[in-house]
Amino acid sequence: MKSIPSRPRLAALLGALALATLGGCTSANLVRVKPWERAALADYTMNPGRDPIATVNSEHVYFSRESASGGRGVGGSGCGCN
Amino acid sequence: MSPPTKFILSAGLILGSAAAFATVKTGDPFPALAAAGLTGTLPDTAGRVVLVDFWASWCAPCKASFPAYSKLQADYAPRGLVIVAVSIDENPAAYERFVQNLHPPFATVHDRAQQLVRQVNVPTMPTCYLLGHDGKVRFVHQGFHGADSDRELRKEIDTLLAEPANPS
Repeated sequence: MKSIPSRPRLAALLGALALATLGGCTSANLVRVKPWERAALADYTMNPGRDPIATVNSEHVYFSRESASGGRGVGGSGCGCN
Repeated sequence: MSPPTKFILSAGLILGSAAAFATVKTGDPFPALAAAGLTGTLPDTAGRVVLVDFWASWCAPCKASFPAYSKLQADYAPRGLVIVAVSIDENPAAYERFVQNLHPPFATVHDRAQQLVRQVNVPTMPTCYLLGHDGKVRFVHQGFHGADSDRELRKEIDTLLAEPANPS
């Protein structure tokens, strides 16, 4: 008959799994765009505000729908420099 | 070996391999520039105080830093400072266009394969490393913040240049 893991062994296994998973999330080296890999993000085409007329139009739609103006949008693109 | 023990050892191995992506920091020897596969002419840096700057043509603060480095070159090169600006551009044309436009008075080289920048694991763009006479990193400056960066760099360069080249 196949043995069933005891409760402490199961708890240890789950704890190790949680440690490995959450530990991986805290590492800055995993799944992160490195500073030298941001050429595409810094490209002009990545700037959502590159077309002033389209920006004004979308802002108009936004504040008409939300009954609020301003308070959104950031400058620059995505190079993350500095 | 019990299954939980095997699992814990495996998790440790994975986390350990992630930590092996080491960052060059203050006190560490800087990787040899001559062995980094850089394109361009490297100046003689042996026994000199060296400022190694990592930049890219698409990085606005990098562009802003070049006039300041030009002034550092004018002020400190006669006293022994060597500035090496390492481009990490993947596009060689962008690198060449940037250099042709700005005509920096210091050495510029190209890390096209991004070998050195990976090895050093720079934390942000731009980042510059000040190396002492012994080739070890003495100061790391992240980003470029105008007059504040200039003041900090001058203070550190003055300190390093005042040190004896061959302490015995």
